[in-house]
Amino acid sequence: MTTGKSYIAKSVESMRPSGIRKFFDLAATMEGVVSLGVGEPDFVTSWPIREAAISSLEQGFTSYTANAGLIELRREISYYMSNRFLVNYSPQDEIIVTNGASQALDIAIRAITDPGDEIIVVEPCFVSYAPLVELAGGKAVTIGTTGETEFKLQPEQLEAAITPKTKAILLCYPNNPTGTQLDTAELQLIANIVKKHDLLVIADEIYAELAYDEDHTSIATLDGMRERTILINGFSKAFAMTGWRLGFTCAPEEISGAMLKIHQYAMMCASTPAQYAAVEALQHGIADVESMKKDYRRRRNYLVQSLNEIGLDCHLPGGAFYVFPSIQSTGLTSEQFAEQLLLEEKVAVVPGSVFGEGGEGYIRCSYASSMSQLQEAIKRISHFIEKGRA
Amino acid sequence: MKLNEKEVEILEILQKDARFEASDIAKMIGLAEVEVVKMIRRLEEEKIIVHYATLVDWAKMDNYTGVTAMIDVKVTPKHGVGFNEVAERIYRFKEVSSVYLMSGVYDLSVTVEGKSMNEIARFVSEKLSTLDSVVSTTTHFQLKKYKHDGMIYTSNEQDHRIVVSP
Repeated sequence: MTTGKSYIAKSVESMRPSGIRKFFDLAATMEGVVSLGVGEPDFVTSWPIREAAISSLEQGFTSYTANAGLIELRREISYYMSNRFLVNYSPQDEIIVTNGASQALDIAIRAITDPGDEIIVVEPCFVSYAPLVELAGGKAVTIGTTGETEFKLQPEQLEAAITPKTKAILLCYPNNPTGTQLDTAELQLIANIVKKHDLLVIADEIYAELAYDEDHTSIATLDGMRERTILINGFSKAFAMTGWRLGFTCAPEEISGAMLKIHQYAMMCASTPAQYAAVEALQHGIADVESMKKDYRRRRNYLVQSLNEIGLDCHLPGGAFYVFPSIQSTGLTSEQFAEQLLLEEKVAVVPGSVFGEGGEGYIRCSYASSMSQLQEAIKRISHFIEKGRA
Repeated sequence: MKLNEKEVEILEILQKDARFEASDIAKMIGLAEVEVVKMIRRLEEEKIIVHYATLVDWAKMDNYTGVTAMIDVKVTPKHGVGFNEVAERIYRFKEVSSVYLMSGVYDLSVTVEGKSMNEIARFVSEKLSTLDSVVSTTTHFQLKKYKHDGMIYTSNEQDHRIVVSP
């Protein structure tokens, strides 16, 4: 029954549903699928962290926390960020615990976006950036990075995209879906332009712990950048806690205050048991991160070399748990490739085109899967490609 | 013996799964296959890789009656050879699967595998406790194996992740 009138807001009506959804629906109906399509760790949250949440429930810690999160958790986050990434934020007024990095992105974007403001989004990227900007009334200006530069944002591309309306740039390194990482020198070039034009950076550093070749440099550590950076991080990837929905923002007091206003009205506070689990993760969980990272690194090496061997050109990405091989040699679009691969060989990958400009001609393969799954996937993809050649 | 980083990586990989092919290990750690083969051979020769075995859950076999016992053994160490001599006398028995020198209230922890409880009882009373240096033995029979060498025998943990996610 409808009244014949659409009540849906125009900004929502015009949004495209996430391209990943379509694939999920298709893959979910099939049996025996080897999935390289998963954007979350194959590790289960380590037992001590789960145990800490259980214990908090047993003790009856089931009420709201402060809007910004448990103060002991914010203290741990402050210490962790300083220890791991050399950035210093006050637990009292510069850190907000959020419902996943996704919500952190939302409050960061909403806190700084006036109607008509342009936010530069570097693609290929996580699917939510541009829609969140549009929902906040801003305009997402996209820059497409390319395979030739290993999907690294080029300074001249950034210069060319800046207009008087540009407010901020949204960066994600190590990157989902390309795995690309920027080193300190490359980040410095970006930071120089940001400062020159007096812009802000929203730095989604959710994969910061998963940098394999050199330690991750946070853009906030560069000279003059702390005051113009909103850092976004969380527990999902590093501590294998995706389902707990727990992230956080680190930003100067004024911006944090603005984000906290949105957070307190829209969310109140992040889930309390998850926050207790996160305290344990930061106090005792780092060793587990290191051991997961070791496994990921080996799988990355294996996958990149194997893909290159079977004829899918692939650069060695510095972080996250994705590789982004080119499928252009097959003559298929990335969507055709992914669909045929799924139907014919039962391997799920995500077409690069869903991640925006620059993604066409590539597929995202996640190595958050056991080695035996990766070996099986390579066997099937190899078979698929040989069939195509014959 | 000093090991380099790559050799340690090879050991970590093989310790989890001895059936990894050298070609795959080579890809995982960024070396040529011949290099990996050479390193593995050296680790075998140096007895750092002692042996490759298969972890078997015998309890799944119908009518399996085998039993495992862990025996705490107190011994009198001998002048000059300490605990080594008696440990050697114990580990030579084929039914003994492991012998460790322990800190604490007893000295040797001995694991014995047998076809039945009787067989183990006979081993303890006739072979082990009759050794000169053995002062006392306490035998514990294993009732069920949940986890061994880092592997959970009957794991309920499945992959609950959705097949495709952003």
